[in-house]
Amino acid sequence: MKTGEPGLITTTLEKALEWGRSNSIWPLTFGLACCAIEMMAVQASKVDISRFGSEIFRSSPRQSDLMIVAGTVTKKMAPRVKRLYDEMPYPKYVIAMGVCVIQGGPYVEGYSVVLGVDRVIPVDVYVPGCPPTPEALTYGIMTLQKKIRGENTR
Amino acid sequence: MSEWVELNMGPQHPSTHGVLRLKIKVEGEIVREVEPVIGYLHRNAEKLCENTFFCDNLLYFDRMDYVGAPGMEVGYLEAAEKLLGVPPPERAIWIRTIMAELSRIASHLVWLGAYGLDLGMLTPFFYAFDLREKIMTIFVEASGSRLLTNYCSIGGVYQDFNEKIVQEIEDFINIAPSKIEELNSLFVKNDIFISRTKGIGYMSKEVAIDYGVTGPMLRASGVEYDVRKAEPYLAYSKVNFEIPVSSKGDNLARFLVRIEEMRQSVKIISQAIKKLPDGPFFNPKAKKSMMIRMRGEGEVYARTEASKGEFGVYIVGDGGVKPYRVRVRSPSLKNLSVLREIGKNVMIADLVAISGTTDLVFGEIDR
Repeated sequence: MKTGEPGLITTTLEKALEWGRSNSIWPLTFGLACCAIEMMAVQASKVDISRFGSEIFRSSPRQSDLMIVAGTVTKKMAPRVKRLYDEMPYPKYVIAMGVCVIQGGPYVEGYSVVLGVDRVIPVDVYVPGCPPTPEALTYGIMTLQKKIRGENTR
Repeated sequence: MSEWVELNMGPQHPSTHGVLRLKIKVEGEIVREVEPVIGYLHRNAEKLCENTFFCDNLLYFDRMDYVGAPGMEVGYLEAAEKLLGVPPPERAIWIRTIMAELSRIASHLVWLGAYGLDLGMLTPFFYAFDLREKIMTIFVEASGSRLLTNYCSIGGVYQDFNEKIVQEIEDFINIAPSKIEELNSLFVKNDIFISRTKGIGYMSKEVAIDYGVTGPMLRASGVEYDVRKAEPYLAYSKVNFEIPVSSKGDNLARFLVRIEEMRQSVKIISQAIKKLPDGPFFNPKAKKSMMIRMRGEGEVYARTEASKGEFGVYIVGDGGVKPYRVRVRSPSLKNLSVLREIGKNVMIADLVAISGTTDLVFGEIDR
Protein backbone atom coordinates (compact mmCIF):
# COMPACT_ATOMS: atom_id res chain seq x y z
CA MET A 1 0.00 0.00 0.00
CA LYS A 2 1.54 3.28 -1.05
CA THR A 3 0.27 6.30 0.81
CA GLY A 4 2.98 8.74 -0.10
CA GLU A 5 3.85 9.37 3.51
CA PRO A 6 7.48 8.85 4.57
CA GLY A 7 8.08 5.49 6.24
CA LEU A 8 9.30 5.34 9.81
CA ILE A 9 11.45 2.67 11.45
CA THR A 10 12.37 2.71 15.09
CA THR A 11 15.65 1.02 15.97
CA THR A 12 18.64 1.42 18.22
CA LEU A 13 21.84 2.96 16.97
CA GLU A 14 23.74 -0.28 17.63
CA LYS A 15 21.31 -2.28 15.50
CA ALA A 16 21.66 0.13 12.58
CA LEU A 17 25.45 0.10 12.88
CA GLU A 18 25.59 -3.69 13.04
CA TRP A 19 23.32 -3.97 10.01
CA GLY A 20 25.53 -1.66 8.02
CA ARG A 21 28.71 -3.31 9.17
CA SER A 22 27.52 -6.83 8.38
CA ASN A 23 26.58 -5.92 4.81
CA SER A 24 29.82 -4.25 3.82
CA ILE A 25 32.58 -6.61 4.86
CA TRP A 26 35.61 -5.97 2.68
CA PRO A 27 38.03 -8.90 2.68
CA LEU A 28 41.78 -8.63 2.40
CA THR A 29 43.46 -10.10 -0.71
CA PHE A 30 45.44 -12.65 1.18
CA GLY A 31 45.91 -16.00 -0.54
CA LEU A 32 48.41 -18.40 0.93
CA ALA A 33 47.88 -21.74 -0.80
CA CYS A 34 45.30 -23.99 -2.43
CA CYS A 35 42.29 -22.43 -0.69
CA ALA A 36 43.13 -19.10 -2.32
CA ILE A 37 42.01 -20.50 -5.68
CA GLU A 38 38.61 -21.30 -4.19
CA MET A 39 38.58 -17.84 -2.62
CA MET A 40 39.08 -16.45 -6.14
CA ALA A 41 36.22 -18.65 -7.35
CA VAL A 42 34.00 -17.11 -4.68
CA GLN A 43 34.77 -13.71 -6.14
CA ALA A 44 34.10 -14.88 -9.73
CA SER A 45 30.86 -15.14 -11.61
CA LYS A 46 29.27 -18.40 -10.46
CA VAL A 47 29.27 -17.86 -6.70
CA ASP A 48 29.20 -14.10 -6.60
CA ILE A 49 30.27 -12.82 -3.22
CA SER A 50 29.17 -9.27 -4.08
CA ARG A 51 25.60 -10.35 -3.37
CA PHE A 52 26.61 -10.18 0.28
CA GLY A 53 28.36 -6.85 0.08
CA SER A 54 31.88 -8.27 0.07
CA GLU A 55 32.86 -7.81 -3.56
CA ILE A 56 35.81 -5.51 -3.07
CA PHE A 57 38.96 -7.42 -2.16
CA ARG A 58 41.30 -4.78 -0.83
CA SER A 59 45.03 -5.21 -1.23
CA SER A 60 45.90 -3.11 1.79
CA PRO A 61 45.11 -4.35 5.30
CA ARG A 62 44.30 -0.79 6.33
CA GLN A 63 41.23 -0.74 4.09
CA SER A 64 39.82 -4.14 4.92
CA ASP A 65 37.56 -5.56 7.63
CA LEU A 66 37.91 -9.27 7.12
CA MET A 67 40.93 -11.51 6.77
CA ILE A 68 40.21 -14.83 5.06
CA VAL A 69 43.22 -16.97 5.96
CA ALA A 70 43.20 -19.24 2.91
CA GLY A 71 45.97 -21.80 3.00
CA THR A 72 48.57 -23.40 5.22
CA VAL A 73 50.28 -21.02 7.63
CA THR A 74 53.93 -21.95 8.03
CA LYS A 75 56.26 -20.91 10.81
CA LYS A 76 58.01 -18.51 8.45
CA MET A 77 54.71 -16.89 7.45
CA ALA A 78 53.07 -16.72 10.91
CA PRO A 79 54.77 -13.44 12.03
CA ARG A 80 53.60 -11.82 8.78
CA VAL A 81 50.04 -13.00 9.36
CA LYS A 82 50.14 -11.50 12.84
CA ARG A 83 51.53 -8.24 11.50
CA LEU A 84 48.88 -7.97 8.79
CA TYR A 85 46.19 -8.62 11.39
CA ASP A 86 47.61 -5.89 13.61
CA GLU A 87 47.57 -3.45 10.70
CA MET A 88 43.84 -3.89 10.11
CA PRO A 89 41.56 -1.28 11.72
CA TYR A 90 38.89 -2.23 14.25
CA PRO A 91 36.35 -3.80 14.01
CA LYS A 92 38.11 -6.70 12.31
CA TYR A 93 37.16 -10.31 11.71
CA VAL A 94 38.98 -13.48 10.72
CA ILE A 95 37.70 -16.52 8.83
CA ALA A 96 39.87 -19.63 9.00
CA MET A 97 39.38 -21.32 5.64
CA GLY A 98 40.39 -24.92 5.19
CA VAL A 99 41.55 -27.66 7.48
CA CYS A 100 45.23 -26.61 7.32
CA VAL A 101 44.36 -23.28 8.91
CA ILE A 102 42.13 -24.92 11.51
CA GLN A 103 44.52 -27.59 12.83
CA GLY A 104 47.27 -28.36 10.32
CA GLY A 105 45.39 -30.68 7.99
CA PRO A 106 47.44 -33.14 5.94
CA TYR A 107 50.63 -31.41 7.11
CA VAL A 108 49.90 -31.91 10.81
CA GLU A 109 52.96 -34.12 11.24
CA GLY A 110 55.30 -31.70 9.53
CA TYR A 111 57.98 -29.65 11.19
CA SER A 112 57.29 -26.29 9.59
CA VAL A 113 53.52 -25.88 9.81
CA VAL A 114 51.63 -23.88 12.44
CA LEU A 115 48.95 -26.16 13.84
CA GLY A 116 46.05 -23.79 13.47
CA VAL A 117 46.09 -20.07 12.80
CA ASP A 118 44.21 -19.51 16.08
CA ARG A 119 47.57 -19.92 17.81
CA VAL A 120 48.58 -16.64 16.18
CA ILE A 121 45.44 -14.54 15.74
CA PRO A 122 41.85 -14.85 17.06
CA VAL A 123 39.41 -16.55 14.68
CA ASP A 124 35.69 -15.82 14.34
CA VAL A 125 34.44 -18.45 11.90
CA TYR A 126 35.98 -21.80 10.95
CA VAL A 127 35.19 -23.20 7.48
CA PRO A 128 36.35 -26.83 7.25
CA GLY A 129 37.18 -28.67 4.03
CA CYS A 130 40.23 -29.39 1.93
CA PRO A 131 39.60 -27.08 0.20
CA PRO A 132 36.12 -25.88 1.17
CA THR A 133 33.83 -25.35 -1.80
CA PRO A 134 32.95 -21.76 -2.72
CA GLU A 135 29.47 -22.42 -1.34
CA ALA A 136 30.97 -23.37 2.02
CA LEU A 137 32.98 -20.15 2.18
CA THR A 138 29.87 -18.15 1.27
CA TYR A 139 28.08 -19.87 4.14
CA GLY A 140 30.99 -18.94 6.39
CA ILE A 141 30.61 -15.29 5.41
CA MET A 142 26.86 -15.46 6.05
CA THR A 143 27.57 -16.94 9.47
CA LEU A 144 29.95 -14.07 10.17
CA GLN A 145 27.24 -11.59 9.17
CA LYS A 146 24.86 -13.23 11.64
CA LYS A 147 27.53 -13.07 14.29
CA ILE A 148 28.09 -9.36 13.66
CA ARG A 149 24.35 -8.72 13.93
CA GLY A 150 24.32 -10.56 17.24
CA GLU A 151 22.03 -13.33 16.03
CA ASN A 152 22.16 -16.95 17.05
CA THR A 153 24.54 -18.72 14.65
CA ARG A 154 23.60 -22.29 15.53
CA MET B 1 76.40 6.21 -9.08
CA SER B 2 73.22 7.56 -7.58
CA GLU B 3 71.74 6.04 -4.47
CA TRP B 4 69.91 2.71 -4.61
CA VAL B 5 66.91 2.16 -2.39
CA GLU B 6 66.07 -1.32 -1.16
CA LEU B 7 62.39 -2.21 -1.35
CA ASN B 8 60.39 -5.19 -0.24
CA MET B 9 57.54 -6.67 -2.31
CA GLY B 10 55.44 -9.21 -0.52
CA PRO B 11 54.89 -11.77 0.95
CA GLN B 12 51.42 -10.19 0.99
CA HIS B 13 51.16 -8.39 -2.32
CA PRO B 14 48.31 -8.59 -4.84
CA SER B 15 50.57 -9.46 -7.76
CA THR B 16 52.87 -12.05 -6.25
CA HIS B 17 50.46 -14.97 -6.80
CA GLY B 18 50.76 -16.34 -3.34
CA VAL B 19 53.58 -15.72 -0.94
CA LEU B 20 56.53 -14.63 -3.07
CA ARG B 21 58.76 -12.00 -1.53
CA LEU B 22 60.95 -9.93 -3.81
CA LYS B 23 63.83 -7.91 -2.44
CA ILE B 24 64.42 -5.22 -5.04
CA LYS B 25 66.96 -2.45 -5.31
CA VAL B 26 65.63 0.56 -7.18
CA GLU B 27 67.22 3.62 -8.65
CA GLY B 28 64.29 5.98 -9.00
CA GLU B 29 61.65 3.96 -10.83
CA ILE B 30 64.12 1.51 -12.35
CA VAL B 31 64.76 -1.86 -10.79
CA ARG B 32 68.47 -2.64 -10.66
CA GLU B 33 68.48 -5.91 -8.74
CA VAL B 34 65.84 -8.49 -7.89
CA GLU B 35 66.20 -11.24 -5.35
CA PRO B 36 63.30 -13.63 -4.84
CA VAL B 37 62.91 -14.96 -1.29
CA ILE B 38 61.00 -18.21 -1.03
CA GLY B 39 60.03 -20.62 1.70
CA TYR B 40 56.87 -18.99 3.02
CA LEU B 41 54.84 -22.04 2.04
CA HIS B 42 57.32 -24.77 2.87
CA ARG B 43 55.03 -27.61 3.97
CA ASN B 44 57.65 -30.38 3.98
CA ALA B 45 55.67 -32.53 1.53
CA GLU B 46 58.77 -34.47 0.44
CA LYS B 47 59.54 -35.47 4.02
CA LEU B 48 55.94 -36.42 4.76
CA CYS B 49 55.94 -38.67 1.68
CA GLU B 50 58.48 -40.88 3.45
CA ASN B 51 56.01 -41.61 6.26
CA THR B 52 53.08 -42.45 4.02
CA PHE B 53 52.10 -45.45 1.89
CA PHE B 54 52.81 -45.27 -1.83
CA CYS B 55 49.09 -45.03 -2.60
CA ASP B 56 48.45 -42.21 -0.12
CA ASN B 57 51.29 -39.97 -1.29
CA LEU B 58 49.06 -38.72 -4.10
CA LEU B 59 47.48 -36.37 -1.61
CA TYR B 60 50.68 -34.39 -1.22
CA PHE B 61 51.19 -34.25 -4.97
CA ASP B 62 47.68 -32.85 -5.46
CA ARG B 63 48.61 -30.01 -3.17
CA MET B 64 51.81 -29.14 -5.02
CA ASP B 65 50.43 -27.56 -8.18
CA TYR B 66 46.96 -26.97 -6.82
CA VAL B 67 45.63 -25.20 -9.88
CA GLY B 68 46.18 -28.29 -12.04
CA ALA B 69 46.06 -31.20 -9.61
CA PRO B 70 45.49 -34.16 -12.02
CA GLY B 71 48.64 -33.16 -13.91
CA MET B 72 50.68 -33.66 -10.74
CA GLU B 73 49.04 -37.02 -10.00
CA VAL B 74 50.02 -38.22 -13.45
CA GLY B 75 53.61 -37.19 -12.79
CA TYR B 76 53.84 -39.09 -9.53
CA LEU B 77 52.14 -42.19 -10.88
CA GLU B 78 54.50 -42.35 -13.87
CA ALA B 79 57.29 -42.91 -11.37
CA ALA B 80 55.46 -44.89 -8.68
CA GLU B 81 53.94 -47.41 -11.08
CA LYS B 82 57.33 -48.02 -12.65
CA LEU B 83 58.74 -48.74 -9.18
CA LEU B 84 55.86 -50.92 -7.98
CA GLY B 85 55.38 -52.72 -11.31
CA VAL B 86 51.65 -52.19 -11.71
CA PRO B 87 51.05 -50.64 -15.16
CA PRO B 88 47.61 -49.12 -15.71
CA PRO B 89 45.27 -50.65 -18.32
CA GLU B 90 44.66 -48.97 -21.67
CA ARG B 91 41.40 -47.26 -20.69
CA ALA B 92 42.95 -45.70 -17.59
CA ILE B 93 45.80 -44.30 -19.71
CA TRP B 94 43.35 -42.49 -21.99
CA ILE B 95 41.26 -41.25 -19.06
CA ARG B 96 44.40 -39.87 -17.43
CA THR B 97 45.37 -38.12 -20.65
CA ILE B 98 42.00 -36.38 -20.73
CA MET B 99 42.23 -35.37 -17.07
CA ALA B 100 45.79 -34.07 -17.45
CA GLU B 101 44.83 -31.92 -20.43
CA LEU B 102 41.73 -30.59 -18.68
CA SER B 103 43.90 -29.60 -15.74
CA ARG B 104 46.31 -27.85 -18.10
CA ILE B 105 43.46 -25.73 -19.44
CA ALA B 106 42.21 -25.02 -15.90
CA SER B 107 45.68 -23.96 -14.81
CA HIS B 108 46.20 -21.66 -17.79
CA LEU B 109 42.77 -20.11 -17.20
CA VAL B 110 43.63 -19.26 -13.59
CA TRP B 111 46.87 -17.76 -14.86
CA LEU B 112 45.04 -15.72 -17.49
CA GLY B 113 42.58 -14.33 -14.97
CA ALA B 114 45.31 -13.49 -12.49
CA TYR B 115 47.52 -11.94 -15.16
CA GLY B 116 44.68 -9.67 -16.16
CA LEU B 117 44.37 -8.57 -12.54
CA ASP B 118 48.13 -7.90 -12.43
CA LEU B 119 47.81 -5.50 -15.33
CA GLY B 120 44.69 -3.86 -13.98
CA MET B 121 42.11 -5.66 -16.14
CA LEU B 122 39.24 -7.02 -14.08
CA THR B 123 36.96 -8.30 -16.84
CA PRO B 124 39.00 -11.26 -18.19
CA PHE B 125 39.08 -12.70 -14.68
CA PHE B 126 35.33 -13.35 -14.78
CA TYR B 127 35.45 -14.79 -18.30
CA ALA B 128 38.31 -17.11 -17.39
CA PHE B 129 36.67 -18.39 -14.23
CA ASP B 130 33.38 -18.86 -16.05
CA LEU B 131 35.04 -21.33 -18.43
CA ARG B 132 36.98 -22.88 -15.58
CA GLU B 133 33.75 -23.67 -13.72
CA LYS B 134 32.83 -25.97 -16.63
CA ILE B 135 36.00 -27.98 -16.01
CA MET B 136 35.27 -28.02 -12.29
CA THR B 137 31.86 -29.62 -12.96
CA ILE B 138 33.63 -32.39 -14.88
CA PHE B 139 36.08 -32.89 -12.00
CA VAL B 140 33.25 -33.01 -9.45
CA GLU B 141 31.41 -35.57 -11.53
CA ALA B 142 34.53 -37.74 -11.94
CA SER B 143 36.13 -37.50 -8.52
CA GLY B 144 33.76 -35.75 -6.13
CA SER B 145 36.11 -32.85 -5.54
CA ARG B 146 36.52 -29.56 -7.33
CA LEU B 147 40.11 -28.54 -6.97
CA LEU B 148 42.23 -31.30 -5.45
CA THR B 149 40.77 -34.26 -7.24
CA ASN B 150 42.84 -37.24 -6.03
CA TYR B 151 41.31 -38.98 -9.03
CA CYS B 152 44.11 -41.13 -10.41
CA SER B 153 45.36 -43.92 -8.20
CA ILE B 154 48.06 -46.56 -8.46
CA GLY B 155 47.16 -49.01 -11.21
CA GLY B 156 44.32 -47.02 -12.73
CA VAL B 157 41.82 -44.38 -11.79
CA TYR B 158 39.46 -44.01 -8.86
CA GLN B 159 36.28 -44.60 -10.87
CA ASP B 160 35.27 -45.11 -14.46
CA PHE B 161 34.04 -42.41 -16.80
CA ASN B 162 30.27 -42.79 -17.07
CA GLU B 163 28.06 -41.48 -19.87
CA LYS B 164 27.34 -38.25 -18.04
CA ILE B 165 31.02 -37.34 -17.74
CA VAL B 166 31.64 -38.16 -21.41
CA GLN B 167 28.66 -35.97 -22.33
CA GLU B 168 29.95 -33.11 -20.18
CA ILE B 169 33.41 -33.33 -21.73
CA GLU B 170 31.87 -33.26 -25.21
CA ASP B 171 29.87 -30.18 -24.25
CA PHE B 172 33.08 -28.59 -23.01
CA ILE B 173 34.89 -29.34 -26.27
CA ASN B 174 32.05 -27.68 -28.18
CA ILE B 175 32.06 -24.42 -26.25
CA ALA B 176 35.73 -24.12 -25.28
CA PRO B 177 37.28 -22.93 -28.61
CA SER B 178 34.89 -19.98 -28.96
CA LYS B 179 35.34 -19.04 -25.30
CA ILE B 180 39.12 -19.14 -25.66
CA GLU B 181 38.87 -16.89 -28.75
CA GLU B 182 36.73 -14.49 -26.75
CA LEU B 183 39.29 -14.41 -23.94
CA ASN B 184 42.14 -13.95 -26.40
CA SER B 185 40.43 -10.99 -28.08
CA LEU B 186 39.82 -9.37 -24.68
CA PHE B 187 43.58 -9.21 -24.28
CA VAL B 188 45.17 -8.77 -27.68
CA LYS B 189 42.72 -6.13 -28.89
CA ASN B 190 43.56 -3.98 -25.89
CA ASP B 191 46.20 -1.36 -26.64
CA ILE B 192 47.23 -1.01 -23.01
CA PHE B 193 47.82 -4.73 -22.72
CA ILE B 194 49.95 -4.78 -25.87
CA SER B 195 52.04 -1.81 -24.80
CA ARG B 196 52.67 -3.39 -21.40
CA THR B 197 53.70 -6.76 -22.76
CA LYS B 198 55.23 -6.34 -26.22
CA GLY B 199 59.01 -6.23 -26.05
CA ILE B 200 59.06 -6.29 -22.25
CA GLY B 201 60.74 -8.99 -20.20
CA TYR B 202 62.86 -10.33 -23.04
CA MET B 203 64.49 -13.67 -22.33
CA SER B 204 66.95 -15.06 -24.83
CA LYS B 205 67.25 -18.70 -25.78
CA GLU B 206 70.60 -19.06 -24.06
CA VAL B 207 69.44 -17.56 -20.76
CA ALA B 208 66.39 -19.82 -20.75
CA ILE B 209 68.48 -22.94 -21.30
CA ASP B 210 71.13 -21.88 -18.76
CA TYR B 211 68.57 -21.43 -16.00
CA GLY B 212 66.75 -24.68 -16.75
CA VAL B 213 63.52 -22.94 -17.69
CA THR B 214 60.89 -25.29 -19.12
CA GLY B 215 57.31 -25.22 -20.26
CA PRO B 216 55.58 -22.31 -22.01
CA MET B 217 58.33 -19.91 -20.89
CA LEU B 218 61.00 -21.90 -22.71
CA ARG B 219 58.87 -22.36 -25.81
CA ALA B 220 58.18 -18.64 -25.94
CA SER B 221 61.95 -18.13 -26.24
CA GLY B 222 62.15 -20.24 -29.35
CA VAL B 223 63.14 -23.69 -28.08
CA GLU B 224 60.89 -26.43 -29.35
CA TYR B 225 60.95 -28.73 -26.36
CA ASP B 226 58.00 -30.48 -24.79
CA VAL B 227 58.21 -33.73 -22.82
CA ARG B 228 54.98 -34.84 -24.43
CA LYS B 229 56.82 -34.95 -27.78
CA ALA B 230 60.41 -35.54 -26.66
CA GLU B 231 59.65 -38.53 -24.45
CA PRO B 232 55.96 -39.43 -24.91
CA TYR B 233 54.14 -40.81 -21.91
CA LEU B 234 50.45 -41.74 -21.43
CA ALA B 235 48.70 -41.63 -24.80
CA TYR B 236 50.45 -38.59 -26.24
CA SER B 237 52.18 -40.56 -28.98
CA LYS B 238 48.76 -41.62 -30.35
CA VAL B 239 47.19 -38.18 -30.72
CA ASN B 240 47.94 -35.34 -33.11
CA PHE B 241 48.93 -32.02 -31.68
CA GLU B 242 51.47 -29.30 -32.21
CA ILE B 243 53.82 -27.53 -29.85
CA PRO B 244 53.36 -23.77 -30.02
CA VAL B 245 56.71 -22.00 -30.31
CA SER B 246 57.50 -18.31 -30.51
CA SER B 247 60.89 -16.73 -31.11
CA LYS B 248 60.02 -13.34 -29.59
CA GLY B 249 60.77 -14.22 -25.94
CA ASP B 250 58.81 -11.34 -24.42
CA ASN B 251 55.71 -11.19 -22.22
CA LEU B 252 53.35 -11.19 -25.18
CA ALA B 253 54.97 -14.32 -26.62
CA ARG B 254 54.49 -16.19 -23.35
CA PHE B 255 50.87 -15.11 -23.29
CA LEU B 256 50.25 -16.24 -26.86
CA VAL B 257 52.01 -19.57 -26.33
CA ARG B 258 49.74 -20.34 -23.38
CA ILE B 259 46.62 -19.40 -25.36
CA GLU B 260 47.72 -21.69 -28.21
CA GLU B 261 48.46 -24.48 -25.72
CA MET B 262 44.88 -24.32 -24.50
CA ARG B 263 43.66 -24.72 -28.09
CA GLN B 264 45.95 -27.71 -28.58
CA SER B 265 44.72 -29.25 -25.31
CA VAL B 266 41.13 -29.00 -26.50
CA LYS B 267 42.28 -30.75 -29.69
CA ILE B 268 43.91 -33.57 -27.67
CA ILE B 269 40.81 -34.05 -25.50
CA SER B 270 38.50 -34.22 -28.51
CA GLN B 271 40.68 -36.93 -30.08
CA ALA B 272 41.05 -38.84 -26.82
CA ILE B 273 37.36 -38.90 -26.02
CA LYS B 274 36.69 -40.46 -29.46
CA LYS B 275 39.42 -43.05 -29.04
CA LEU B 276 38.52 -43.95 -25.43
CA PRO B 277 38.76 -47.78 -25.45
CA ASP B 278 36.52 -50.17 -23.51
CA GLY B 279 37.87 -52.44 -20.83
CA PRO B 280 38.88 -52.33 -17.20
CA PHE B 281 39.88 -49.02 -15.69
CA PHE B 282 41.92 -50.60 -12.92
CA ASN B 283 44.81 -53.05 -12.79
CA PRO B 284 43.53 -56.04 -10.74
CA LYS B 285 46.99 -56.34 -9.14
CA ALA B 286 46.37 -53.00 -7.44
CA LYS B 287 42.96 -53.60 -5.92
CA LYS B 288 42.06 -51.74 -2.76
CA SER B 289 42.89 -54.47 -0.24
CA MET B 290 46.35 -54.92 -1.80
CA MET B 291 47.10 -51.22 -2.05
CA ILE B 292 48.87 -50.63 1.26
CA ARG B 293 50.85 -53.85 0.97
CA MET B 294 52.62 -52.94 -2.26
CA ARG B 295 56.37 -52.84 -1.90
CA GLY B 296 58.90 -51.15 -4.14
CA GLU B 297 62.66 -51.45 -4.38
CA GLY B 298 65.06 -49.47 -6.51
CA GLU B 299 65.29 -46.01 -7.97
CA VAL B 300 63.08 -44.46 -10.60
CA TYR B 301 62.88 -41.07 -12.25
CA ALA B 302 59.96 -40.05 -14.42
CA ARG B 303 59.28 -36.78 -16.11
CA THR B 304 56.06 -35.34 -17.41
CA GLU B 305 54.94 -32.06 -18.89
CA ALA B 306 52.87 -30.30 -16.27
CA SER B 307 51.14 -27.03 -17.03
CA LYS B 308 54.16 -25.04 -15.77
CA GLY B 309 56.89 -27.09 -17.40
CA GLU B 310 58.86 -30.27 -16.93
CA PHE B 311 57.82 -32.01 -13.73
CA GLY B 312 60.18 -34.70 -12.56
CA VAL B 313 59.66 -37.19 -9.75
CA TYR B 314 62.47 -39.28 -8.31
CA ILE B 315 61.56 -42.09 -5.91
CA VAL B 316 63.86 -44.42 -4.00
CA GLY B 317 62.34 -47.54 -2.48
CA ASP B 318 64.07 -49.77 0.03
CA GLY B 319 61.66 -52.70 -0.27
CA GLY B 320 59.20 -51.34 2.24
CA VAL B 321 55.60 -50.20 1.91
CA LYS B 322 56.68 -46.59 2.08
CA PRO B 323 59.17 -44.76 -0.14
CA TYR B 324 62.64 -44.16 1.24
CA ARG B 325 63.02 -40.81 -0.48
CA VAL B 326 60.87 -38.71 -2.77
CA ARG B 327 62.36 -35.81 -4.67
CA VAL B 328 60.54 -33.42 -6.93
CA ARG B 329 61.94 -31.33 -9.76
CA SER B 330 59.46 -28.50 -9.81
CA PRO B 331 59.17 -26.37 -12.95
CA SER B 332 58.01 -23.19 -11.19
CA LEU B 333 61.16 -23.01 -9.08
CA LYS B 334 63.38 -22.97 -12.17
CA ASN B 335 61.08 -20.49 -13.89
CA LEU B 336 61.27 -18.22 -10.85
CA SER B 337 65.05 -18.30 -10.69
CA VAL B 338 65.32 -16.63 -14.09
CA LEU B 339 63.49 -13.58 -12.70
CA ARG B 340 66.82 -12.37 -11.34
CA GLU B 341 68.04 -12.13 -14.91
CA ILE B 342 65.00 -10.81 -16.79
CA GLY B 343 63.72 -8.56 -13.99
CA LYS B 344 66.81 -6.37 -14.15
CA ASN B 345 66.80 -2.77 -15.45
CA VAL B 346 63.04 -2.55 -15.90
CA MET B 347 60.43 -0.25 -14.40
CA ILE B 348 58.77 -1.36 -11.15
CA ALA B 349 55.40 -1.70 -12.88
CA ASP B 350 56.99 -3.89 -15.55
CA LEU B 351 58.46 -6.17 -12.91
CA VAL B 352 54.89 -7.05 -11.93
CA ALA B 353 54.06 -7.81 -15.55
CA ILE B 354 57.19 -9.96 -15.91
CA SER B 355 56.79 -11.96 -12.71
CA GLY B 356 53.17 -12.55 -13.73
CA THR B 357 54.19 -14.36 -16.90
CA THR B 358 56.36 -16.85 -15.01
CA ASP B 359 53.14 -18.48 -13.73
CA LEU B 360 54.23 -19.19 -10.19
CA VAL B 361 52.48 -21.64 -7.90
CA PHE B 362 53.96 -21.72 -4.47
CA GLY B 363 52.76 -25.13 -3.41
CA GLU B 364 55.18 -26.46 -5.99
CA ILE B 365 58.10 -24.10 -5.42
CA ASP B 366 58.35 -24.48 -1.64
CA ARG B 367 56.66 -27.88 -1.40
